[in-house]
Amino acid sequence: MPLVKQGRIATDLFVHVADGAELPGDGAIFVPAARFLEDPEAFLKRAGKVGVIWPNNRDLDDLVPYLGRLAAVALVFPSFRDGRAYSQARLLRERHGFDGELRATGQVLRDQFVFMLRAGFDTFEVKKDSDAEAFASTAKSYSVFYQPTGDGRLTALHRRMLLRHSESAGQ
Amino acid sequence: MYAYDELDRTLINERVSEFRDQVKRRLSGELTEDEFKMLRLQNGVYLQLHAYMFRVAIPYGTLSSKQLRALARVGRRYDRGYGHFTTRQNIQFNWIKLAELPDALADLAEVGIHAMQTSGNNMRNVTSDQWAGVAPGEVEDPRIWSEILRQHTTLHPEFSFLPRKFKIAITASEHDRAAIKVHDIGLRLYKNAEGETGFEVLVGGGLGRTPFIGKTIKPFVHGRDILSYVEAILRVYNQYGRRDNIYKARIKILVHELGIEKFAREVDEEWKQMGDVGLTLDHSVIEEVRSRFSYPAYEKLPHMPDELKQAAHDPLFERWRRNSVFPHKVQGYSIVTLSLKPVGAPPGDATSDQMDAVADLADRYSFGEIRVGHEQNLCLPHVAKRDLPQLWKALDRIGLATPNVNLVTDIIACPGLDYCSLANARSIPIAQELTRRFANHDTAELIGRLHINISGCINACGHHHVGHIGILGVEKNGEEFYQITIGGRADEGAQMGTLIGPAIPYAEVADVIEDIVEAYLALRDRPEELFVDAVKRLGVEPFKERVYATR
Repeated sequence: MPLVKQGRIATDLFVHVADGAELPGDGAIFVPAARFLEDPEAFLKRAGKVGVIWPNNRDLDDLVPYLGRLAAVALVFPSFRDGRAYSQARLLRERHGFDGELRATGQVLRDQFVFMLRAGFDTFEVKKDSDAEAFASTAKSYSVFYQPTGDGRLTALHRRMLLRHSESAGQ
Repeated sequence: MYAYDELDRTLINERVSEFRDQVKRRLSGELTEDEFKMLRLQNGVYLQLHAYMFRVAIPYGTLSSKQLRALARVGRRYDRGYGHFTTRQNIQFNWIKLAELPDALADLAEVGIHAMQTSGNNMRNVTSDQWAGVAPGEVEDPRIWSEILRQHTTLHPEFSFLPRKFKIAITASEHDRAAIKVHDIGLRLYKNAEGETGFEVLVGGGLGRTPFIGKTIKPFVHGRDILSYVEAILRVYNQYGRRDNIYKARIKILVHELGIEKFAREVDEEWKQMGDVGLTLDHSVIEEVRSRFSYPAYEKLPHMPDELKQAAHDPLFERWRRNSVFPHKVQGYSIVTLSLKPVGAPPGDATSDQMDAVADLADRYSFGEIRVGHEQNLCLPHVAKRDLPQLWKALDRIGLATPNVNLVTDIIACPGLDYCSLANARSIPIAQELTRRFANHDTAELIGRLHINISGCINACGHHHVGHIGILGVEKNGEEFYQITIGGRADEGAQMGTLIGPAIPYAEVADVIEDIVEAYLALRDRPEELFVDAVKRLGVEPFKERVYATR
């Protein structure tokens, strides 16, 4: 499964550690939420980077205390129809100020890229090679946005207000 | 009218390009039908019994003549020369080819029309009063707020994959013509004691298999905060709405299961935590949107022009005027409803030729503007009273002057088993038969206001629960049967109708409705007592007796 990071196909430096599997001595790892919460300190004091895979039906409150020391959070789309992780992503970025890697996992398809970028994801475990290859062009398919999110893109309303100000300043 | 600017146009065009690419990938097999389904639904494309059905949004029911002509052209070029206006200010085309859909969308985009989110589990077309901006006594034009919400809900990055569809309706009049109490969110615009514009917010209304009347979640939300408050409701719903069972996924079920108090606390908590996230609508922003609505330059005209006095001698004109012409906020003008319910035809259908003709009449008599209401009729919102006789003749020539607005033959009906893959029974032939039974306009006038709503299945697209008489098609041992409810209403006094008894077979429906109407005529205490008021006073028993005594 190709990984897209910062807009291009990249090698995944994280190892996904399944429940019950032995931890690698060093290197970056992703661990499931339940396993992480059993003993967060044990993971956080490791030499390598730690990321947590957070299910989309679990409240973020349990994760928030550790966000500052996590390198990455992976959110899950069990199906592309299930949009709960969009809310989680925005909360992590916009409310809790998480600035590490925010990864979309599960059924991640081309036609969700723009929504995911807007919600704050910056890394994508893409289901199909062709979708991963089309990432850069797909990400540019929209230039107008109606809603403010934490991604910093100017909204249509904002652009209109700026236009009004510059027009009235020029008079 | 709202004028799209370069940004609105760009976004619609970008959407068309995206969909063109999606269709291409589907036709090449790169996308599976399962993957494509969600994408086409987000663009208003359903797969029906015979073909793809294409649903186009008419936000808050406002159309320019140019836009109506574009819809006529789509009907002619890509369909079979007609379209069907729905109960949610959309128009549907029933015979579109998948490969041609991107072109149809591109044609519509040229006049600022789109089909974004007319289906799928997202925020649907924001609907409003079809008399917005012209109704006497209206607090202010609710379309300003509808447009703000339309923009905010379009391609929302967080709420495009909700547990289920989500519908918002807005009214700014005392009499609710937008059916806000049967929407996921209903907004009633009013001014508080300080004279500030805000909304009573209702949540969790809806029809379908588990009907609920919306409950007030907040009695007053200031206009500047309405986007953030709606966002808070959506966020709670997106996270906690049920996704395990499609029939329990609407927000009404979440509100019902949590109780309105607990749900309101969750929303309040989220709203408080949200803080300032750029959603506050300051005065200048609202005025920016308001400034892009244009209003007609009305003339100073007499209340009772000579043309109208003369035409009053013609009883046919007078009957139409009494029935289809309504007071306008500006003296000398009227609101005219165009009935899409002629005797013997499917409710809500208009041919492309009729649409073109209405567009021409709108240019001549209504400042180029047309409205679409949830009762599946059209409306010319700014007609000078002196022009009414001329307009009537022109409408009569194109079959749009049936004087049955709000009467027993002004039936709301879903497409039913004639088109829809979900339906259990036919709706259209029932409606057609009823329009024939009550074809005598004098009788219909004598009966007075009576709304019959027909749904071909429990999903309730024909809003049967809130019809004064509701007819619901069900299937029994492979045959079409119909349950009859009475006493429902969709306005400010919204309530669900009551079942009168066991379902009846297809062939008997029209007889039963006639029996119910006859019972009402015999039972009403005076001619002004409407059917729905008589049911309220008497209960269902006398009607039930009449229907089942001989069956």
